[in-house]
Amino acid sequence: MTDHQMLESRTAGGGSSSSGLLPAALETPKAGRNPVMPLTLSMFEGHAVNRSAAERRAATLGARRSVKKEYQAAWLVNAVRCVDLTTLAGDDTGDRVRRLCAKARQPIAPRIMEGLGLGGMDLHVGAVCVYPTMVPHAVAALEGTGIPVASVATGFPAGLMPLDLRLKEIEWAVAQGAHEIDIVITREHVLRQDWQALHDEIRAMREACGAAHMKAILATGDLQTLRNVYAASMVAMQAGADFIKTSTGKEGVNATLPVSLVMIRALRDYGAETGYRIGFKPAGGMKAAKEAIGWQVLMKEELGRDWLEPDLFRFGASSMLGDIERQLEHHVTGRYAASHRHAAS
Amino acid sequence: MSIQDILQTMDYGPAPEDSSIVRDWLARHEEGFGHFIGGAFTAPGETFEVQDPARGETIARVSQGTASDVDAAVAAARKAQPAWAKLSGHERARHLYAIARHVQQHARFLAVLETIDNGKPIRESRDIDVPLVARHFYHHAGWAEIAGDEFGGTEPYGVCGQVIPWNFPLLMLAWKIAPALAAGNTVVLKPAEYTPLTALAFAEICAEVGLPEGVVNIVTGDGETGAAIVGHEGIDKVAFTGSTEVGRIIRRQIAGSGKGLTLELGGKSPFIVFADADLDAAVEGVVDAIWFNQGQVCCAGARILVAEAVAGRFETLLRARMETLRTGDPLDKSTDVGAIVHPVQLARIRELVGQGKAEGATLHQGHAPEGCFYPPTLATGVEPASVLSTEEIFGPVVTLTTFRTPADGIALANNTRYGLAASIWSENVNLCLDVAAQVKAGVVWINCTNVFDAGAGFGGYRESGFGREGGSEGMMAYLRHKTPEGAGADLPKPSSAPHDGGGTGSIDRTAKLYIGGKQARPDSGYSYTIEGPKGPVGLAGLGNRKDIRNAVEAAAKAGGWGKATGHNRAQVLYYLGENLSARADEFAARLESLGAPDAGGEVETAIRRCFWYAAQADKFDGKVHQTKSAHVTLAMHEPLGVLGIVCPTAQPLLGFISLVLPAIAMGNSVVAVPSQLGALAATDLYQVIETSDVPAGVVNIVTGPRDELARTLAQHDEVSGIWYIGGPEGARMVEAESAGNLKQTWTEGDGARDWSGAHGQNKGFLHRATQVKNIWVPYGE
Repeated sequence: MTDHQMLESRTAGGGSSSSGLLPAALETPKAGRNPVMPLTLSMFEGHAVNRSAAERRAATLGARRSVKKEYQAAWLVNAVRCVDLTTLAGDDTGDRVRRLCAKARQPIAPRIMEGLGLGGMDLHVGAVCVYPTMVPHAVAALEGTGIPVASVATGFPAGLMPLDLRLKEIEWAVAQGAHEIDIVITREHVLRQDWQALHDEIRAMREACGAAHMKAILATGDLQTLRNVYAASMVAMQAGADFIKTSTGKEGVNATLPVSLVMIRALRDYGAETGYRIGFKPAGGMKAAKEAIGWQVLMKEELGRDWLEPDLFRFGASSMLGDIERQLEHHVTGRYAASHRHAAS
Repeated sequence: MSIQDILQTMDYGPAPEDSSIVRDWLARHEEGFGHFIGGAFTAPGETFEVQDPARGETIARVSQGTASDVDAAVAAARKAQPAWAKLSGHERARHLYAIARHVQQHARFLAVLETIDNGKPIRESRDIDVPLVARHFYHHAGWAEIAGDEFGGTEPYGVCGQVIPWNFPLLMLAWKIAPALAAGNTVVLKPAEYTPLTALAFAEICAEVGLPEGVVNIVTGDGETGAAIVGHEGIDKVAFTGSTEVGRIIRRQIAGSGKGLTLELGGKSPFIVFADADLDAAVEGVVDAIWFNQGQVCCAGARILVAEAVAGRFETLLRARMETLRTGDPLDKSTDVGAIVHPVQLARIRELVGQGKAEGATLHQGHAPEGCFYPPTLATGVEPASVLSTEEIFGPVVTLTTFRTPADGIALANNTRYGLAASIWSENVNLCLDVAAQVKAGVVWINCTNVFDAGAGFGGYRESGFGREGGSEGMMAYLRHKTPEGAGADLPKPSSAPHDGGGTGSIDRTAKLYIGGKQARPDSGYSYTIEGPKGPVGLAGLGNRKDIRNAVEAAAKAGGWGKATGHNRAQVLYYLGENLSARADEFAARLESLGAPDAGGEVETAIRRCFWYAAQADKFDGKVHQTKSAHVTLAMHEPLGVLGIVCPTAQPLLGFISLVLPAIAMGNSVVAVPSQLGALAATDLYQVIETSDVPAGVVNIVTGPRDELARTLAQHDEVSGIWYIGGPEGARMVEAESAGNLKQTWTEGDGARDWSGAHGQNKGFLHRATQVKNIWVPYGE
């Protein structure tokens, strides 16, 4: 036998540049934030989404791509950059949030970063995501780090509060220093296909956000059908969402790959029509480092390299970070790690 | 590459599958592999090289099977067969179960070996091929267990000769060996010359699980070895998967031998995208259709037909998707498209694509590295006459053509010699099922493609072959109905000069041919004498090839019969029985004049047979197979189309009825050649047919010289199947001539069967009169 090495130089295609993958309008996107556009039914009405096909694609994606060794480490580090480190619990306190923020500033232990050859890198998570009353604590704890604070708002998680109160909640959170607002939509508008009401509501929320970026949580576990998911995604973007987000983390079913696939195809289609790039945030239920790879593969395969940056992609997760840190330590030491040896969040 | 650098590019990097265990195994066999015969490996004989196409290096040497190797293998299989068949179903099931378990235990070994030998991506061998192999043996362990309950009145063929292709080496082996063994056959199998290694590893597994010696024999070699197996007189049944060209050669080679035959041949399957489809899903479907296994898939969706209304958007999405396909090292876990199996195949792909380009096609190609690789290719601007539309390329090349309406799409889909598979994309269930019913293909995938499961039958219509693999219909390919044996005899030439017998005293009657619902004079202008025991009883038309041509044309126009409900057809058959009954005495007198020993009984049985097949017309239904979750897999019985039926000599009324009724009950239209010597018993029937509301063209009768008419039928490309009850030379001729369009044949020695008993009426006739279409319908909103 001669050379059994990999044919490294002999694998072609699937290039890192997104050239050809994206619609022309998204290759050179328009500058600035996605503005509000009028409700345009033709962009989603009658759009077919076949569930079994979406499930097949989602199921095979993870098996089609594999990252090993230093590539795996790099992809996990990149995932950390995109984490919205989150606590959304009834027992959240100021100290609890400060602890979380400490982890956000230094998500991976310095010794591991050194081992990865990233000692000089200022690695931090994408954002810290909290309830509105926790925003002041987070803002104070993260001062000077450049890490944005994201606040849920609009009667999270069900959103069944009078609209004016929901809008006030947004304004309050922004006033406390939140840079990003994760809003929830009124599911009823989707289930009744009252697209105008949905558009009106989200548009009003976008106005209330002002300079803060808006992530629209569609609560896809409540919407159930993939057609609903596609339509709701499209309306949210037309109404000015900067990000579309799968779940509050409180629905029966949270982020899934088939749902994510449909949402990012919607944002691709929106971009093709408008020229604006929209971000995507799966949230809830993601715990393992392996899932962090799986979602990034989805983004890269469907949208390309640019959607692996925190301005266009975030994970809404909390415990996933711990698993990533353990995997990275294993990469450095060759020994399997235990979480009690890492800083708690 | 540092992690910092990777963070910039976010490339995948190499993800090699470790192949060291398989390399060690290959190194241990460096001196070359022998054959696996009688439970042990022979010493290597004259050997040839086996290549890893991705690296272009020799990985093994295997023996070129000689005639004496084949003799030894067939002898071993023959010796083992009676004891194997005599085992209880449960005992055979234990062996098949053990094979399934060991395939699972060696799953990664087999996957890596397959990838090295064939060039297919490790993802596919690991996630698709090998799991399907294990599933196939599990499923057939089940059939072995219950075959005695499920397939009454059948027996195994004996020794099966099986020749398989290089595209799914181990999976095709499983598709061949599992049902053969479950049914009680033993096998001699030849893997493809390019890819023999997993078959040899499988042989080691057979030894490992203690399969009785001689039950499975593996002989390696090239086409010559394959021909020696297929043509060996000790082989009772031949099963072949491969090119239509070789299938034709085999059909001719074994014509008249009495061997059973199933063929799974080429395809040029349509992939039909309607305007209301989920276009992203359909694009991903194209990836699964033609960029699966480098497009080296017999059922590959190679012709995209897309509704004009969405063609532009579809093409844009498809070309974007092509950008992310990775072609390269098949052992890399991130490879989508691996190596072409062999440089010879690569050259063929290049040549065909070159021709297509010269004909005006526009090519859109992805990327491929140097070596035995070919880039994913989309060809647009392809007309139906282009070589890219008509020829099976067996490479990662797909054409895109638009259609206007569903009818237009179906017409383009069916505009092919082949009929293996079709894929239909639409969110409208009405449209999907309508198209599924109309498309000529043995496998129809709705909103999916290349989905396989051991529980469903797989196999083609038209020149894609016949017989099914998988499911209950696949088991039927390895079991035969016990039938009486007899060779039959050749017939004398009809006498067409005036005879010297006297008239009968009654008004003279002229028997004509019956074509397209009308009585027709024979084109020849001649008649021939029908003799009775007491001398001539009358004249029958001397049909010739033009009469057959006209009859087939009429039969082809009667396609609406196949779409009628079973209840409609039952009503016609009952009415036929009623009208026959009304004229029972007349038919009895005719049969008596022809020398029938029990004329009254023959007529009575014919009437009962009308009722029996009327009863079956709306009851011989298909199945819903248990396959994958959230799928309905419908196995539908469909008529073959135009069926040629050459009737037995004796029992001229009952023989005709016994063959024509099951054919038309299932929706076929028929061109029947009645008993040459007793033709008047059948021509009397056309008045009954006329008065029984049988639509014009459903039954056509051409009297005359049996074997001459049979030859024209066997040669006719519009005829989908032919049943021939006659002499040995005629049987050979019919089987050989059928190779032209690979029509299904059934030949039997004239006189072997007593048509008045149970052998003259059973479900076996209905199976022969139908082909199974498996329709896969995934669901979920």
